[in-house]
Amino acid sequence: MLDDFFIRALIAGLGIAIVTGPLGCFVIWRRLSYFGDTLAHSALLGVTLAYTLEFNIAFSVFIISSLIALILIQLQKRTNLPGDALLGLLAHSSLAVGLVVIGFLTFIRFDIMGLLFGDILAVTVDDILIIWIGGPLILLVLKLIWKPLFASTVNYELAEAEGLNPDRAKAIFTILMAGIIAISIKMVGLLLITGMLIIPAAMARNISSSPQSMVIYSILGGLLSVVLGLFTSLEFNTSSGPSIIAASLFLFILSLLNIKQSIKLKN
Amino acid sequence: MTSNQNILVKLNQAGFRIKDKWLVKGVSLQIEKGKIVTLIGPNGSGKSTTAKIALGIYKKIDGEVEKYTNKVGYVPQKISIDWTLPLRVKDFMVLTENLKDEDINEALSLTGVIQLKNKNLGDLSGGEFQRVLIARAISKKPDLLVLDEPVQGVDFTGEIALYKLIKKITDELNCGILLISHDLHTVMSATDHVVCLNGHVCCSGSPMDVAKNNEYKALFGEQAFQILSRYEHRHDHIHTNEGEIKKN
Repeated sequence: MLDDFFIRALIAGLGIAIVTGPLGCFVIWRRLSYFGDTLAHSALLGVTLAYTLEFNIAFSVFIISSLIALILIQLQKRTNLPGDALLGLLAHSSLAVGLVVIGFLTFIRFDIMGLLFGDILAVTVDDILIIWIGGPLILLVLKLIWKPLFASTVNYELAEAEGLNPDRAKAIFTILMAGIIAISIKMVGLLLITGMLIIPAAMARNISSSPQSMVIYSILGGLLSVVLGLFTSLEFNTSSGPSIIAASLFLFILSLLNIKQSIKLKN
Repeated sequence: MTSNQNILVKLNQAGFRIKDKWLVKGVSLQIEKGKIVTLIGPNGSGKSTTAKIALGIYKKIDGEVEKYTNKVGYVPQKISIDWTLPLRVKDFMVLTENLKDEDINEALSLTGVIQLKNKNLGDLSGGEFQRVLIARAISKKPDLLVLDEPVQGVDFTGEIALYKLIKKITDELNCGILLISHDLHTVMSATDHVVCLNGHVCCSGSPMDVAKNNEYKALFGEQAFQILSRYEHRHDHIHTNEGEIKKN
């Protein structure tokens, strides 16, 4: 019936979707989709580092992504360049440096397509462990910082004035972003992680009226995308990342139809 | 340092600048439990900046701020909320603190917007939103309320009612209030202490003291003085035991 590798991919994918759901909502609310992209692009450097030093990939990606986030914060303080220019600079230069380093590592055979777009065949039991330990950990921390993070997303000054320490929450959230990219890179691929974060959340926005319901719909949308995407991937022998993202796009389009209907009903 | 237990916030020669441009400097004031301190001054005189210094929003400041409470309710002058967030009034009420449903209902009823509880925040009118902002600030029963032009956009009858409410809340909760208002009428009738700003403290004291001050007159003109004299005239008679009005 189902192959072992497929079951592993399914377990891993579902674990990722539960975490990208709520994080993705914050990415949309705080307008961080390009920031997510930047961290994801820098992940390639993390992967090459992991291969060179024979290190765990998730751990190495986590370190490099956090580092890039730190550099970004410093650049924002020290230059007058606009935020999107800095993000583009970091995203593409870290991707370029990563690719150059790969060029030097001729003794290792890289599956570039797998890195960029995800590979379900590559998911090991270790990866599942990392996802199912790291994922709940990310969710737990997110729950702890939810109040200050959400309040400062709505209005920074209110959160600051009423003693919630939004700066700390923002810093922790950045680390959580690096964390989710680290644990999902093998599965979704570094070019598509941001899609996994924002498309289910965007779909959820279309059909929800409160922050809590948006988080729940976002998780459900992500889970459904993983299941749909992986079965498609198995059926048509396509890469796992694009299949999952295409499935989430399909759900997003469905949610748009739902809006149209409710507008019609109103009139 | 003072040992006065009633002090909630104390500013000592506080100021804030962006690069070399001072937004406000040399402000000293203190807010005590159960007292209303009002900041007045023309546009750009540093009223909101002073409030933000007191609240700890601005951190790199000159001078000193001592804040003795973290139970703060804040109604900012300007609030830019991203309407892409799905946010209902009742979600907004629990933004910074978890509240019981009855506390949310009570606060929304007090400011007259209980019927909006399940509405999307983006669908409210300016005045309605202002009432929700006030409800949110008082619902957490704060020690310190900072109200930056709290009744802007509220209709005339609502304005009077809200100021009455604010006064009532101060008495009930025994909280301190830092109020920023353009309405000199309100300032003169409900305030314990007035600080008149114009980039620095022009003058401060009881409403009467400030109104007599020449700098205040120079800033606000003769009309402001008229308001005060009208206020004074309310007291130009006394009521006798028989209920008759007797001129002084």
